Amino acid sequence: MAAQTPVEDAIRQKITAALNPTTLDIYNDSHLHAHHKPMQGVTSTETHFRLVITSEAFKSKMQPARHRLVYSLLKDELAQEGGIHALQLRTMTPEEEAKRSAQETGTN
Amino acid sequence: MFSRTVFSRTVRQTAFSAIRPAATPVGPSPFSLSLAVQRRLLSDAVRQAIDKAVASAPVVLFMKGTPETPQCGFSRASIQVLGLQGVNPDKFAAYNVLEDQDLRQGIKEYSDWPTIPQLYVDKEFVGGCDIVISMHQNGELAKLLEDKGVVVREGEQAEGEKRE
Repeated sequence: MAAQTPVEDAIRQKITAALNPTTLDIYNDSHLHAHHKPMQGVTSTETHFRLVITSEAFKSKMQPARHRLVYSLLKDELAQEGGIHALQLRTMTPEEEAKRSAQETGTN
Repeated sequence: MFSRTVFSRTVRQTAFSAIRPAATPVGPSPFSLSLAVQRRLLSDAVRQAIDKAVASAPVVLFMKGTPETPQCGFSRASIQVLGLQGVNPDKFAAYNVLEDQDLRQGIKEYSDWPTIPQLYVDKEFVGGCDIVISMHQNGELAKLLEDKGVVVREGEQAEGEKRE
C-alpha cells in the first residue's frame, strides 16, 4: 500500500537522519488552509506544515541559519509543484527547550 | 527594458493603520522578462533591482499583498508585528511579491530563503514570519529596531496617525 502521508514521511526521515533531533513534532495544518486561494486546484492534503525541532545541531547557530538548514533538507519538497506551500518552524537546542518548558511551568 | 523603476514600493503612511482606505500601489510590472527566463536563475538585472529594493528603506518587508490587504496569514502577522513595534512608516517599505514574478522568484534566491514574507533591516536579512514573531516575543526585535532608530518614539506620533 502506498504511504498515506508521503510528504510527512519524507520530512520525518530527512530531518531525523540529518539532525538527530531529541524532539520532532510534525503538525499537518493543511486542512486549515484548504480553501485558501493559492490552494485552488491542489489535491494534496500535505501543503501546510508546522515543525518543532530540538537538536544539538542547532547549537551556536542563529535562527536564520537553523531555518536555512531545515529548508535545505526539504528543498525538494518545497520546490515540487503541489508540494509544501507553507512551513512554520520552531528550532531549539535542548538547552533552549529546557529553559522554555521551565518558563512555561513557571507562569502557569 | 529595465529602464523603469524597480518593483513598485507599496509603502504608504497608512502602512500600519487602517484609518485611510487602502492605497492602490499597483504599477506596471517593472520587468517584462517572461516567466520562463528567470526560474532558478537570478539575473543581474533582477539582483540589482532587489538590491535597490532592500536599500530603499531601513525596514523592508517582502510580502504577499499589501500592508493594507495582506494576501497571506504569515504576511499579515509580520505586518502586525511591525505595527505593534511602532515602526515608523516613513522608514518602512513593503514590496508585494504577487505583483511581480521576477521578484517573487528572485527574492527567494537572493536571500537563500524559500518562503515569503522576508524582513530586512538596514539591508540585512532578519528572517521570515516565525523568526519575526519569536524575536517580537523575546524582545530581540524591539532592541534591533530601537538600535536602528526606526521606531516612532513615545509622544511623537507618525503623520498617518494624527488624523484620527
